[in-house]
Amino acid sequence: MAVEHPAAAPPGDQSRIHNIGYRSYDGPRLGRAYARRSLYSQSLRGAYGLGRSAKSKVLPMLLFVVMCVPAAIMVAVAVATKANDLPLDYTRYAIVMQAVISLYVASQAPQSVSRDLRFKTVPLYFSRPIETADYVRAKYAALASALFVLTAAPLLVLYVGALLAKLDFADQTEGFAQGLVSVALLSLLFAGIGLVVASVTPRRGFGIAAVIAVLTISYGAVSTLQAIADVQDSSGAVVWIGLFSPITLVDGVQSAFLGAASAFPGGTGPGTGEGVVYVLVALGLIAAAHGLLMRRYKKVGL
Amino acid sequence: MWTSGDAPFDPRRIPRGPYDRRRIPRRLCGLTTGVVRVTTVMYVTVIATESLSKRFPRVTALDRLSVDVGPGVTGLVGANGAGKSTLIKILLGLSPATEGRAEVLGLDVATKGAAIRERVGYMPEHDCLPPDVSATEFVVHMARMSGLPPTAARERTADTLRHVGLYEERYRPIGGYSTGMKQRVKLAQALVHDPQLVFLDEPTNGLDPVGRDEMLGLIRRVHTDFGISVLVTSHLLGELERTCDHVVVIDGGKLLRASSTTDFTQTTTTLAIEVTDTDEHPDGTRAVRDALHARGVTVENGGGLPGAGHVLLLTAQGEETYDLVRDVIADLGLGLVRMEQRRHHISEVFRNSETSTSSDEQRKEAAGHGG
Repeated sequence: MAVEHPAAAPPGDQSRIHNIGYRSYDGPRLGRAYARRSLYSQSLRGAYGLGRSAKSKVLPMLLFVVMCVPAAIMVAVAVATKANDLPLDYTRYAIVMQAVISLYVASQAPQSVSRDLRFKTVPLYFSRPIETADYVRAKYAALASALFVLTAAPLLVLYVGALLAKLDFADQTEGFAQGLVSVALLSLLFAGIGLVVASVTPRRGFGIAAVIAVLTISYGAVSTLQAIADVQDSSGAVVWIGLFSPITLVDGVQSAFLGAASAFPGGTGPGTGEGVVYVLVALGLIAAAHGLLMRRYKKVGL
Repeated sequence: MWTSGDAPFDPRRIPRGPYDRRRIPRRLCGLTTGVVRVTTVMYVTVIATESLSKRFPRVTALDRLSVDVGPGVTGLVGANGAGKSTLIKILLGLSPATEGRAEVLGLDVATKGAAIRERVGYMPEHDCLPPDVSATEFVVHMARMSGLPPTAARERTADTLRHVGLYEERYRPIGGYSTGMKQRVKLAQALVHDPQLVFLDEPTNGLDPVGRDEMLGLIRRVHTDFGISVLVTSHLLGELERTCDHVVVIDGGKLLRASSTTDFTQTTTTLAIEVTDTDEHPDGTRAVRDALHARGVTVENGGGLPGAGHVLLLTAQGEETYDLVRDVIADLGLGLVRMEQRRHHISEVFRNSETSTSSDEQRKEAAGHGG
């Protein structure tokens, strides 16, 4: 592309690596969409410590194994005892393992966003073609996908195991599909909450503590109140209180629409009408998380 | 502005679009010694602002700034808070101007922000590097963020890091780098996508004098060797004179002055001479001065400056002056400790342009700055 070329480079010179000078770049520039995809895949890999130091692989990988091992054990038991059904429903698995999921969100949400804030890398992104919306969506999608991998993998183990144990195919497939929808919703919800909390602080430690606090305190408070309401026989209150923590929200949605047994005290989940409210609140929370992240990064800008 | 090399200015040589990439000449270097260095005719405005203003509720950061910047290295000088960073933000299309308009590479900043950001590089003033990844990984990631395909991103990263002077250490985590190395990584990420223009915000901040000189040399090469135009900010006038073709001075968001550095600093050349004493001439300095006086050259002492008694300042008329000085000193049998050019410094020129002091005082200034 240069205006001129070296008149006649002696042929011998080309085999020497000496100083090849500056070479300009004329290849393709793939623009915003490509940059967004690259940021997504980099963040998704980063959420499992891939492409990062060995030390940062330990926790996410460990949590992934911890998520999958109980599923493998259940499958082994089901196969060995020739049981007619899996010991645990697909939709129930994530609810039971919520502590592990919370821990994962708490450890990975801050690493995904706090690093860029803390080391002030954000301006480098925004001085490039990508914009706030691209950055936020790529980060959100990456953490949600990482969570989906974390929560769907054990369901896959259960499903494959169930088929190996020759359990009813249609029954298992339906349960598996319902489970996947449920963990997809859970992933979006947890990722949104985790990122919003983490993006407030550039300090990773605070981020981890804050995410754990938000997830466990809300669940603790809600389940305590639900238990009190249940003791006082106000099952209506039990259902409405369930709206106020992410895990009970997912539980309510799936017991209303995905054929799951409710984990609420008394075992009475929301009906269809209340279920619609649950879905709306869940979607509203996801939208709010997205909106808050946009606002946050508009402000950080450059 | 236009510059011409071997060929005289010929409008027919101006190729198609004014911002066609092929127009920007790149000097091919290295590889062979037989490279013909051709300077092509350029007639391009890289940055143009027109009564650009930016007002915040409490403060006016830019006040009707109108300036045209051509290709080459341009220094943007101003005290802290003069509006340099605000201007860069507006030029990157990240912050809307309150009034007025600006174009970068012929693209309007208000509407073509993304297209501008694809073609320019930006090196922020503050630290912006994560410590736990290597320079290579980081710059590859940033190259992809600029839209380079994976393979190209890796190749360009290796090239760019080599050009900014990072070799084996580029595989180590950035956390262990010195400030100078970090500045190089920051520069590399701004250059990795081969932009047409880079904004460097205070690139010499926090560097020691040697690191500062190296960085300034590197910035010069970004233009001469890489063919990339540079807008570099600094609050120090002095360090930009060696590096920049043009200097734009802003203060309180207003344009103070914009002109070519050569206009200020090469009108006259002041020579500083220092000689040894011998038994024959116990005061060598005086002997040289008298001898030069005898040949009709006005020589001045360094004035009341440190070491002034031993330094002679004279105005060089051309090559002959150097020969004359050499011959005079050789005839006297003295040793020449140094003979160096002292260009006028930008700061002094700015001051003098307003007060127009005598050339005598200018030389004293030069001695004060250069010594």
